[in-house]
Amino acid sequence: MELLDLYRIMYRIRRFEERVERLFLAGKIPGFVHLYIGQEAVAAGALAHFRPGDYLTSTHRGHGHALALGVDPRDLMAELFGRRTGVCRGKGGSMHLFDARRGMLGANGIVAGGLPIAVGAGLGLRILGHEGAVFCFFGDGALGRGVLHESLNLAALWQLPVLFVLENNRYASTTGFAESHAFQVPALVGAYGIPYLEADGSDVEEVHRAVGELLAHVRSGRGPAFVEAHTYRFKGHYVGDPERYRSRQEVEEARRRDPLGLARARLLALGLAQEELEALERKEEELLEEAVVFAEGSPWPDPEEALVGVFAEPVSDYPWEEP
Amino acid sequence: MREITFAEATREAMEEEMARDPRVFLMGEDIAKQGGIFGQFKGLPQRFGLERIRDTPISEPTLVGAALGAALVGARPVLDIHFADFLLLAMDELVNQMASLRYMSGGKLKAPVVIRAPDGAIRSAGAHHSKSLEGLFLHLPGFKVVAPATPRDAKGLLKSAIRAEDPVLYLEHKALYPRKGPVPEGEYLVPLGRAEVVREGRDVTLISYSLTLHKTLEAAEALARDGVEAEVVDLKTLYPLDWDTLLGSVERTGRAVVAHESWRFLGPGAEIAATLEERLWRKLKAPVARVGAAHVPIPFSPPLERRVIPQVEDILMAAKEVLAWA
Ligand SMILES: Cc1ncc(C[n+]2csc(CCOP(=O)(O)OP(=O)(O)O)c2C)c(N)n1
Repeated sequence: MELLDLYRIMYRIRRFEERVERLFLAGKIPGFVHLYIGQEAVAAGALAHFRPGDYLTSTHRGHGHALALGVDPRDLMAELFGRRTGVCRGKGGSMHLFDARRGMLGANGIVAGGLPIAVGAGLGLRILGHEGAVFCFFGDGALGRGVLHESLNLAALWQLPVLFVLENNRYASTTGFAESHAFQVPALVGAYGIPYLEADGSDVEEVHRAVGELLAHVRSGRGPAFVEAHTYRFKGHYVGDPERYRSRQEVEEARRRDPLGLARARLLALGLAQEELEALERKEEELLEEAVVFAEGSPWPDPEEALVGVFAEPVSDYPWEEP
Repeated sequence: MREITFAEATREAMEEEMARDPRVFLMGEDIAKQGGIFGQFKGLPQRFGLERIRDTPISEPTLVGAALGAALVGARPVLDIHFADFLLLAMDELVNQMASLRYMSGGKLKAPVVIRAPDGAIRSAGAHHSKSLEGLFLHLPGFKVVAPATPRDAKGLLKSAIRAEDPVLYLEHKALYPRKGPVPEGEYLVPLGRAEVVREGRDVTLISYSLTLHKTLEAAEALARDGVEAEVVDLKTLYPLDWDTLLGSVERTGRAVVAHESWRFLGPGAEIAATLEERLWRKLKAPVARVGAAHVPIPFSPPLERRVIPQVEDILMAAKEVLAWA
């Protein structure tokens, strides 16, 4: 059953993130952490269409995209812990996750940083004659940036195989959508002649359907497409955010449309046995516990590792010095 | 004297300058509703309103260009950039437009803009949020570059920056915001372009600024326990540089170490070391040593970050090397 798979991914993301929040607050995860909780249906619904040979660019809120793509939770957790076994060997961290083997071209600490890269990946696929599409995730904050407009233009002009996925969670840090944007998204996208669909980002099946429809266009070589998923982040912008810019009530209201709750209820209504669902959830819990144990038990990188890896070959700035 | 934090001191500076001069305004992302992501603007929107304390979209290049435009018609913009790393998004506006404007217009136009940019590595923020970019901006003519180390200077330098008639890059190390220090009650200015000998000594001059100054002072303490008297100079303004104070100190001690968080390779220390050697080579008792970040992007994992960013031990080691020359 398709929905069950989507639910499994959403469940994995949710419970992974809840662990991350706890571990961060306990001081075990360094750096900044931006949680994806509430937005799971977007990553799960969209990336269910991801195939080998496809690529992805993500944002500072990229754990969900990585997990939906199939990045091993152990490698991901180890990276968040800054350990040698992490997907980026401890050099990237939460905001800068890469998994080249799976086509993950990077989470990004720069808002909209992934957009031109996605366009370039689309161009590269075309030039090399490869099949494949590029999934480009970004938040509503990215709509303020010039590179977004330039990326839409170039992708449309050259008819590149890029699916732009706007996760509109209504806020860019403390700033509400309307406070930053003087345009309507469909009109913006329409100006570039790019096909546009919107989807309820709490409804994983709807996201899945909309993205499926747009991807048919993208994969047929007719150029980019754009999906806007209306979603909400249940947590603050980052762990520790005092959240003075929105009301408790607004958050409570949004939480009532929890994508996991909706999918779960639908599965049960379709006749799936409660026990079966719980068995699946237990398996996910085990996997995630294992990821935490793996991360905590992994060694720190050797400090000297910091000095290598900028180029393909080692470079010494001052050859008369020991590193 | 009362002790307040670096963040409070910079807020006082903003508040006093905005009250003094109605042309001064502040804009940036998340500054009004949140009071700044480091809490450095708390209370200002209530006092000055959302016209003069202005939240903006995520549009760094346009914000830098717009600050320039506002300055050209007589306003005094202060632009807050979340993290100094994001200055890189706006290099064209900063360098091609803002920095060269007075010169290119034959002195007929000016760009009195202050850009406040938190820099430096703290708590594993990773490569996109940890850079110290002063070396880059020092290389490009047209910016005054300021990097305070104490709450007292943060306030006095920011006020001077706002009154300056040219673009000022005002770099604040993120780790400094919560740091407390004595700050005078009344109004005062700390002039741009002047360094200060913050600790006297006759054996070696340690030169630094911003957060690294505090590590340098710790190194000086450690040297004192070994009977070495280190003089410490806080540069405060990196351009224009106060060569008089620097040359005066190094002439007395005959030895120098420059320490900063910017990359060492072609970093500010390289220019300082080269100039000290040009001017004082007969009087130097040892080559000038430099301490700076390793030439790699700033890594995430704590042991890696620590390895790349200069620590007290690194400054101490450099000082000992310089002292070891006969
Ligand atoms: C170019 C740039 N400017 C500012 C920031 C600081 N910043 C990080 S996330 C963020 C808000 C992003 O909002 P949005 O794109 O809507 O994504 P969301 O956080 O909602 O997922 C801001 C302003 C940044 N990382 N990059």
